[in-house]
Amino acid sequence: MSNLKYRPDGKFRTPPLGPLPWIAPSLILIATWVFWPAFEMVRTSFREVSRSGLILGYVGLENYSDLIARPELVTIFARTFLWVGTIVFFTAIISLPLASLLNQKFPGLTVVRWFIILPWAASVFSTALTFRWMLNGYYGFFNTLLVDLRIIDEPIDWLGYPTVALAWMVAVAVFVSLPFTSFVLLAGLQTIPNEVREAAQVDGASPWRTYWRIVFPLLRPALLVALVINLINVFNNFPIIWVMTQGGPGNSTDVTTTFMYKLAFRMQEMGQSAALATFNFVIIFMFILLFLRVSGWNKKDEN
Amino acid sequence: MKTKTFFKTTIISITAYAVAFIFAVPYLHMLTTATKPDDELFMMPATYLPSDWQWVNFIQTFENAPIGIYLRNSVIISLLATLVVLVVALPAAYYVARFKFRGKAIFLLLVLVTQMLSPVALVVGIYREVVTLGLVNTYLSLVLVSAAFNLAFAIWIMAGFFASIPSEIEDAAFIDGCSRFMAMRKITIPLALPGIATALIFTFIAAWNEFVIALTLTSTVDKRPLTVGINTFIGQYQVQWNYLFAAAFISIIPVVILFGSIQKWLVSGLTAGSIK
Repeated sequence: MSNLKYRPDGKFRTPPLGPLPWIAPSLILIATWVFWPAFEMVRTSFREVSRSGLILGYVGLENYSDLIARPELVTIFARTFLWVGTIVFFTAIISLPLASLLNQKFPGLTVVRWFIILPWAASVFSTALTFRWMLNGYYGFFNTLLVDLRIIDEPIDWLGYPTVALAWMVAVAVFVSLPFTSFVLLAGLQTIPNEVREAAQVDGASPWRTYWRIVFPLLRPALLVALVINLINVFNNFPIIWVMTQGGPGNSTDVTTTFMYKLAFRMQEMGQSAALATFNFVIIFMFILLFLRVSGWNKKDEN
Repeated sequence: MKTKTFFKTTIISITAYAVAFIFAVPYLHMLTTATKPDDELFMMPATYLPSDWQWVNFIQTFENAPIGIYLRNSVIISLLATLVVLVVALPAAYYVARFKFRGKAIFLLLVLVTQMLSPVALVVGIYREVVTLGLVNTYLSLVLVSAAFNLAFAIWIMAGFFASIPSEIEDAAFIDGCSRFMAMRKITIPLALPGIATALIFTFIAAWNEFVIALTLTSTVDKRPLTVGINTFIGQYQVQWNYLFAAAFISIIPVVILFGSIQKWLVSGLTAGSIK
């Protein structure tokens, strides 16, 4: 008798109670554990909080104006944009050939892929710790290696100089971003039928030309997904810089997330920290919306 | 022609092995540091390999710190978080993939927004909430926070997978008298298993590696996960690098095995998500 459920107009597909029973658990979970704390964050940004954590009342935009008045803030924002941009750029240009490499057939492919996954499987926290130890100015592995290779004459305190430290931390961030990005690209590559490539080569196109004219354009959607996810992750990343330099020396390697943490837990400026966190969220939110619009993310849905 | 192919395969293989080695370096370094004797840690210049492999350090790590308890806590928290994500994300992903409904765009946007909020930014709010609910230093708080933060990714991957299974297959089952739940259980879920497994293992790994929230919400050894436990090797003045890396190395093994076990599905799991 359940045949009655079938209606030629396809209406039978909609379950009777609508979407709520299906999506409500998700909504409740994220409302309780993501949106409520986020609401708290925004509320705190308009309040004065005492050093011991007591809420003293609303102060309007005072936290925001105090935050903007901080001389280091402009540099920190500039550094954050540079940090995110550099990492996303290098991750993309290394992931593209890496994904192509993983898409080849050779003996031991599975084992190689297993190794590439390592930085993704390990926590960013322990990877960053390992690099901190490898970069140690006295006992670090990199110093021994580079002295032995005669690239440097004597050990260098890599994390002691802001620019050098930042360059290394960018390298670490790219390193931990590579597995995810290249696997998404690999997934994209595998959706491209081999015939397409073969057809181009039969027509006499060189492998290089085939890649840029045929493969790369088809890879664009996967690349966009990978870039957006990587961008959000890097922008919100905290452990790499915190573990390796704590934003130091001074504030010279701070980005917004580490400075936010310092404001809250070092300087006991809860209100300003919340203001920065709110500001940070608004920036990434606007950016993602803009990005989705420009890249035509929803094109497929609208059709 | 054959020699050319052989030549090409050789070059590709050598490049791939070299890349694999570079990716392994930090983790090999973790292992070699973990097995160095105490006094060799602070030698200048640093040695590449331990002069004397102290495998006993792994045992001593367990004796010096309650690694067993940390491991147990990590397993409990990550498994429960994965279970919560399964129960909560699966129906949402299925519905999103199968139906158009009012508010679908808003729902997806809300889910996406959860990924834009940095845990560091939310840690104060979460702490206050946990205090209000009386859940300080409990598994439950860590489980729910981890589940909430990883829900978006799970929905994304599973929905991509469900969408790739033609709904005609389900329609056929309905005509044969299946209810929606039966069709889901007997047809859709088995077909989407690679995607579901991928999403769940991602959740498990993310929960396993979570650090900032667990650091704030746990106050005693018996509730602390391994990531926070490892952090205790970092003292005020000195870091016990060999024990620290022994513990860190132990913490990596289960996740690498898990990841390796879904390798075959990983790519197809991501494919479904990214072409959606």
